[in-house]
Amino acid sequence: MQLIHDVIFKPWPWYVVGPLIGLTVPLLLLIENKTLGISANLRHICAALLPSKPTFFQYNWKDHQWNLFFALGIVFAGVFVNVSGLMEYNFDIHPDLQKELAQYNVQLQAKAMPDFIFSTSALSSFTTWVLLIVGGLLVGFGTRYAGGCTSGHAIAGLSGLQWPSLVATITFMVGGIISANFILPYLLAL
Amino acid sequence: MKNLPNIDGEVQTESANQKTSLKNIFLFFACGFFFGFVLVKAEVFSWYRIQEMFRFQSFHMYGVIGSAVVTGIVSTYIINLFKRRKQSASIHVAEKKFHKGIIPGGLIFGLGWGITGACPGPIFLQAGMGYAGAFILLLAALSGTFLYGLLRDRLPH
Repeated sequence: MQLIHDVIFKPWPWYVVGPLIGLTVPLLLLIENKTLGISANLRHICAALLPSKPTFFQYNWKDHQWNLFFALGIVFAGVFVNVSGLMEYNFDIHPDLQKELAQYNVQLQAKAMPDFIFSTSALSSFTTWVLLIVGGLLVGFGTRYAGGCTSGHAIAGLSGLQWPSLVATITFMVGGIISANFILPYLLAL
Repeated sequence: MKNLPNIDGEVQTESANQKTSLKNIFLFFACGFFFGFVLVKAEVFSWYRIQEMFRFQSFHMYGVIGSAVVTGIVSTYIINLFKRRKQSASIHVAEKKFHKGIIPGGLIFGLGWGITGACPGPIFLQAGMGYAGAFILLLAALSGTFLYGLLRDRLPH
């Protein structure tokens, strides 16, 4: 019984979820020869919403509606998990990370996302806005500049054995290691 | 077939005149739902898991991405073996073209990822889960993409 409960409510180990994520690549190819790549949707949404636009957004975004529906599916997965209350998270944050975050006087709860950044009440804090806006801008700018994100380059590109995607994945990791270890601490201390 | 007017990291191989059927639209939505649900079960959307990854405090994320890639390679290979036997067209991930922008672009994305703990997929997921911060993140990411579109001609590629 405990096992059934855990399968339904608890996170799954990496060797189960990793292969399931990987299967998305052939699945999209089989449906209609599409390549997984979520950040392209940021461009499609800009192309769809902007009234007057730079050349980068002048194309028929409707040709890419499959990807927007894919992203909509992701949104609905989030809604489903939220409404069904189907997930229980373990409080298993690494002790070193807990110690590090404790320096900033933040409360840590048994959740997947820290309240001090993502909750509604956190929006009254200046630090939160800096984190979200600076981080979001870098993500949106960088993914389009690099021509893909974790899904398009690291998962789909590497699955297709493409060396530009390996270059991209390495730069993602280098950037992340730098900012998580050396930039984030300064932002959190604001 | 209409090519995208600009470099998008991949060569467009899909033909535009082939309209996506309603059935396939539903299938893509279902794939997205499946993908999103698995991201939840994998805790990939979790800010903590990403911070642990970049601090080398946990193997989890490396295991997830690594086994996803291996599965992608092996499953595509097996499907193509069957396709060859039936003499039907094989499946291939769209070609990614190298350009100089991949390196600064990748670094910039990485810097953002290390702060927000979210790449674009998880941002959509978190928005669905109703996190207030995710909506700000999504707007900021859209603004970042718009900014790139504005400055694109002046950046090295």
